[in-house]
Amino acid sequence: MTEPVLDVRGLTKSFGGLVASRNISLGLRPGEVHALIGPNGAGKSTLIKQIAGNLRPDSGRVHFDGRDVSDLSTAARARMGMGRTFQISSLAMEYTVLQNAVLGALGHRGDIFRFFNRAMRDSDLLEAAESALEQVGLEEFRSLRTSDLSHGQRRQLEIAVALTLSPKAFLMDEPMAGLGAEGSQRLVGFLDGLRHRAPILLIEHDMDAVFSLADRISVLVYGEIIASGSVEEIRSNADVRAAYLGEEAS
Amino acid sequence: MTRETVLNAGLMTLLLVVPLAAWTFDEPFLITLATRAVIFAIAGIGLNLALGFGGLVSFGHAAFFGLGGYAMGILAHHAQTYTALATWPVAIEGTKSMPVIWLMAIGAGALAALVIGALSLRTKGVYFIMITLAFGQMLYYFAISWSAYGGEDGLSIYVRNGFPGLNTMDPIQFFAICYALLLIVLLSVNRVAQSSFGMMLRAARQSEDRVQAVGQAPFRLYLTAFTISGAITGLAGALFADLNRFVSPTMLSWQTSGEIMIFVILGGVGRVFGPVAGAALFILLEHSLGGSSEYWHIYLGAILLGVVLFARGGLYGFLAGREQADD
Repeated sequence: MTEPVLDVRGLTKSFGGLVASRNISLGLRPGEVHALIGPNGAGKSTLIKQIAGNLRPDSGRVHFDGRDVSDLSTAARARMGMGRTFQISSLAMEYTVLQNAVLGALGHRGDIFRFFNRAMRDSDLLEAAESALEQVGLEEFRSLRTSDLSHGQRRQLEIAVALTLSPKAFLMDEPMAGLGAEGSQRLVGFLDGLRHRAPILLIEHDMDAVFSLADRISVLVYGEIIASGSVEEIRSNADVRAAYLGEEAS
Repeated sequence: MTRETVLNAGLMTLLLVVPLAAWTFDEPFLITLATRAVIFAIAGIGLNLALGFGGLVSFGHAAFFGLGGYAMGILAHHAQTYTALATWPVAIEGTKSMPVIWLMAIGAGALAALVIGALSLRTKGVYFIMITLAFGQMLYYFAISWSAYGGEDGLSIYVRNGFPGLNTMDPIQFFAICYALLLIVLLSVNRVAQSSFGMMLRAARQSEDRVQAVGQAPFRLYLTAFTISGAITGLAGALFADLNRFVSPTMLSWQTSGEIMIFVILGGVGRVFGPVAGAALFILLEHSLGGSSEYWHIYLGAILLGVVLFARGGLYGFLAGREQADD
């Protein structure tokens, strides 16, 4: 079996008496989509935050790209290649679509302490940004202000910005939210190809998308992974059906 | 040409034509008013870099303004009393040379901002406002109790400092110096706003998560912006002290911090030329309303309230619309 790109070992985090993550271990192998599902409040976002470095776990380690990154900052982990998209869009809303993509390319290149250049005239940055926009199908909206985009388009832009970072793994927090049926289908097709460039840890509520994309599924309930396995195994797992899929998997 | 460019050009022309006309008609008081507006604009541009571009609501910029003032006061004081500023470890003399004084004021402003920023930027929001205010007040009370440099009474300088080839006591020539500096500061800040640094800084104000997700740490951006901001406001302080040939703890007071913030808010937060419009409007109001009532701040307050409630973008937002994207 190949080395996992991302390897989470025994993460535990509690807020007062509430245990948001209970001894969570999961891995992300090259080329796979690993979906993380679970009811609202199961602790999915808390887990992502610990992986990305926004939250410090009480115990447990995070290994990424062969290194223990548990003590690195969010920015340092992003520089190592964690390409993250947010559940609630965290884009620069006053910037244009293109500016947001250029921002990603700029952050990735890293020379941000230049004071007299013109970032928006930098052909390398523009090229990287435009290519990313094209891949997600936003190139015609490049001059639009980001706050004027629909929710679905913002999700696409989040992915485009992540692409400019040439990530080694994607952490996607509900990328389908706000997309219509047709939009979801297109995104599913896109993510399906994306997995070969970098594996995807996918948090998603859209079960059709999860079942058609995921190589593996882990089910998080009350901060604990109650089951982990292939799509078929999860579909037929009695605990999962009881805890979560209940009415959906009939 | 966008509406904003037209407004910028109009504003800068007005700020040049009024004192020139005043000079022609021999109205030195008007020239001094315009000079005040120009100096306040520079101070506001400094604050705008932190507040407008970085979202750092500093309520302590009087610290840098006052330090710039005292840099001028102390250097000139030693020069006019023929005493050494320091004899050990190296002998430092006072000076009456404006360029040297400016460099010292810029250095003092930058250094103070670096230290204050490094400590204050660990906090956010209201705490940041209160901490910067506290640092400002510390310097204020320090200046009051420092009797060697006049304490509460401040320091008077008999003759305005010199600039090679110019007679700085002539109001229009001193105005020209300040106006030239304003242009340099404006053009520099305009470039910085579009630079890699400026782009990342303005993104950090909109979303820190975003900046971290693209692999950069907001703290270093903020600290750099705060330091440059302090340097520019320090320069303005040196000019202001030179204009009045006087520096006192008032320059360090929280009211001064508030006024600098008013220039930025009136003009338009985050707009490069905003503080110029804000400072000009402030001087206009101070002059026209201040003549009719010593309680003119009531009217200023009402106008400020109107701006905050109904025209969040200040004069620039009102007249030029929202900012145009640069591409």
